Amino acid sequence: MNVIEQQNTAQFEVEAINRRDRQTPLYAARQKIHPKRAEGTFRRLKWLVMFVTLGIYYAAPWLRWDRGPYAPDQAILVDLYHRRFYFFFIEIWPQEFYYVAGLLVMAGVGLFLVTSSVGRAWCGYTCPQTVWVDLFLWVERFVEGDRNARIKLDAAPWSAAKVARRTVKHATWLAISVATGGAWIFYFADAPTLARDVVSGTAPGIAYMTIAVLTSTTYVLGGFMREQVCIYMCPWPRIQAAMLDENSLTVTYNDWRGEPRSRHAKKMAAEGRPIGDCVDCNACVVVCPMGIDIRDGQQLECITCALCIDACDGIMDKLGRERGLISYATLADYNRNMAIAAPAGTIDPTIARDGEGRLNSSFRKTTWRSILRYRTGLYFAVWALIGLVMLYALMHRSRLDINVLRDRNPVFVQLSDGSIRNGFTVKILNMMPEPRTIGISLDGLPAAQMTLADSSQGPSNLLFFEAEPDKLKVVKVFVRADPDILGNGSHDFSFVAQDMTGSETARYAAKFETGRNQ
Amino acid sequence: MSSKEIDAISGTETTGHEWDGIKELNTPLPRWWLWTFYITIIWALGYTIAYPAWPLISTNTKGLLGYSSRADVARELAAAEAGRASVLQRIAETDIAGIAADEELSRFAVAAGRSAFKVYCSQCHGSGAQGAPGYPNLNDDDWLWGGTLDDIFLTINHGVRFDADDDTRISEMPAFGRDELLEPGQISAVANFVLSLSGKDHDAAQVEEGKTVYAENCASCHGDDGTGLAEFGAPNLADAIWLYGDTMEAVVAQISGPQHGVMPAWGTRLGETTVKQLAVYVHSLGGGE
Repeated sequence: MNVIEQQNTAQFEVEAINRRDRQTPLYAARQKIHPKRAEGTFRRLKWLVMFVTLGIYYAAPWLRWDRGPYAPDQAILVDLYHRRFYFFFIEIWPQEFYYVAGLLVMAGVGLFLVTSSVGRAWCGYTCPQTVWVDLFLWVERFVEGDRNARIKLDAAPWSAAKVARRTVKHATWLAISVATGGAWIFYFADAPTLARDVVSGTAPGIAYMTIAVLTSTTYVLGGFMREQVCIYMCPWPRIQAAMLDENSLTVTYNDWRGEPRSRHAKKMAAEGRPIGDCVDCNACVVVCPMGIDIRDGQQLECITCALCIDACDGIMDKLGRERGLISYATLADYNRNMAIAAPAGTIDPTIARDGEGRLNSSFRKTTWRSILRYRTGLYFAVWALIGLVMLYALMHRSRLDINVLRDRNPVFVQLSDGSIRNGFTVKILNMMPEPRTIGISLDGLPAAQMTLADSSQGPSNLLFFEAEPDKLKVVKVFVRADPDILGNGSHDFSFVAQDMTGSETARYAAKFETGRNQ
Repeated sequence: MSSKEIDAISGTETTGHEWDGIKELNTPLPRWWLWTFYITIIWALGYTIAYPAWPLISTNTKGLLGYSSRADVARELAAAEAGRASVLQRIAETDIAGIAADEELSRFAVAAGRSAFKVYCSQCHGSGAQGAPGYPNLNDDDWLWGGTLDDIFLTINHGVRFDADDDTRISEMPAFGRDELLEPGQISAVANFVLSLSGKDHDAAQVEEGKTVYAENCASCHGDDGTGLAEFGAPNLADAIWLYGDTMEAVVAQISGPQHGVMPAWGTRLGETTVKQLAVYVHSLGGGE
């Protein structure tokens, strides 16, 4: 119907949704996009990325990791109720949240690194919106057929067949959405247990609510809003645009070899009029999930999914021309090539190729080497440095900590023998998933002794406490000292916690107040 | 308006309103916005029917769901009360040593005792039980009436010198000066002797005479060595803690015309369970025997 056979290639009747000469003000109704299936290197890469990312998302909570009898055996677990985060061999307490902050810093620098080197690769390949829309499109194509069949179905009156196809499509979408929301909750509780509870209806309400919310967002964002999320809702395109420079990879229409484009290449050639490689078949527009025309130049809507490259390469292959009319290229290379092809300001196709139709060898092809630059090197160095520092900190962090809170009311108590007593609330943090005996001693307070409210130990300068695995132990410790020996005023000293079976120690600086002026 | 007027520059329809040659463009709200607005109106109507909303002259509409925030609070209080009931029952049934020995009961008793202390005791003893001149510090290890759990419980339960309670703690030190039982010189001497027991500033020349006066008049209650007797509520005079001050003036004043502190009997007012919790709390402050 709307495909015209010409020059061994199909010609598609399609227009970019954001054509400059047809731009409408805001509040325009959405023009539905029916992306055609693309085939090629980047499409295969995107299938692979989808397989890996979705695989990680769905499978990760089910991985097991043995931590002994006192900790959960789920490899990745955000245990909000007990305020613990488990990631394989790493366990993080809330006060160690700086590791997560460090990861966020790494993610930020990583964004700089990736964007300055390979452009909006995040948008095009790994963004959940892109991955899920791709998946939804795949379902749509499977059920309703490719672009033309879908356009036809959209226009067709409601019939039993249309209802059936639509039902199957939406049911599949909903199933994917439920699975998406369903997988999310497993990161927050023991996956097998929660799965049983969810199915039997005994899971907590928040689990069902989370599934419901994520189901609806997945269904609406992936099935209906699609490219509008990227164009109107997402701040990422704006932020990323600021990070690109003239050496970043972008999906580029190389008009220095494509223009002037013509739908009637043979006729033009016969007339002796010079033409470029672009046959204006619109294959690049018709496969675009964003519905844009890359030949209009770089634009905010382009998520650099590179499907137009695949489409155009296919056409070039059919025409027997060199690939890369649309390609990943840097702005610097593009400008350089443009200066060769258009010395007088307009593109002269006779410069671009020799008599046999081969491209001029002085054109520069962008290769992977473009990502090796001082800027990207610096980003990588910063990124790696943060990572190494965090790794070092993680490997050398203490799994025993102590916090001390002194009594302020009263600050000190005089005892009948003339000595002074200060009260302290001592918190022992046993961050190991095993029970430990922790000794608490005083350092820097001569002749001072500790007692407990229940008199079960002491007076002594070394007390022992059984710390439960992976728990906080709170004890009230009274410290008494003779100001005649110690001297008046306040005295700095330290509480020292020591693992009696291991070698770990932790200290906490405190003050002993005699209540007497110096 | 009969026909739509289109603004030539923006291509947008006008509302037809014109002020001094300036025409207003008609740019209506997006539809989703408009519909959200309508939905909120419908929601509001439904809400005022379902929940208490409209003020009337002396009352207000109650709403079909019968919701009331006061009833909510009452329900939550009752639930909290019910949650505590079993522990309180066990505290009521357990003797005080048993409470202190049980980890769960003692933790509960200390917490409950702390809040009861803030309400009933802190006015005299201070919010940290640190006391004040004339009001004993409960953190230290000096106890007028004994510092065991049972002693503390008995003191709180029946009070000190509280006439309305027959079992109240009573001690009455004679007013040796006011009632002229001792000469001023003797009082001065015995004061010097008492201060010498704990090494305070004193006149060493009077100590010998004071020792004799002490043995004849004071030792029967305060003990031969001045360490006091908790059974009589007689303070320890040989330690570092002085309820009414450790200066010569303060000690002479206390011998001449003693002050006697009074504490109400709390057993009848708060009930035995609360008094048990108070006793466990005070005992946990660090000085309990």
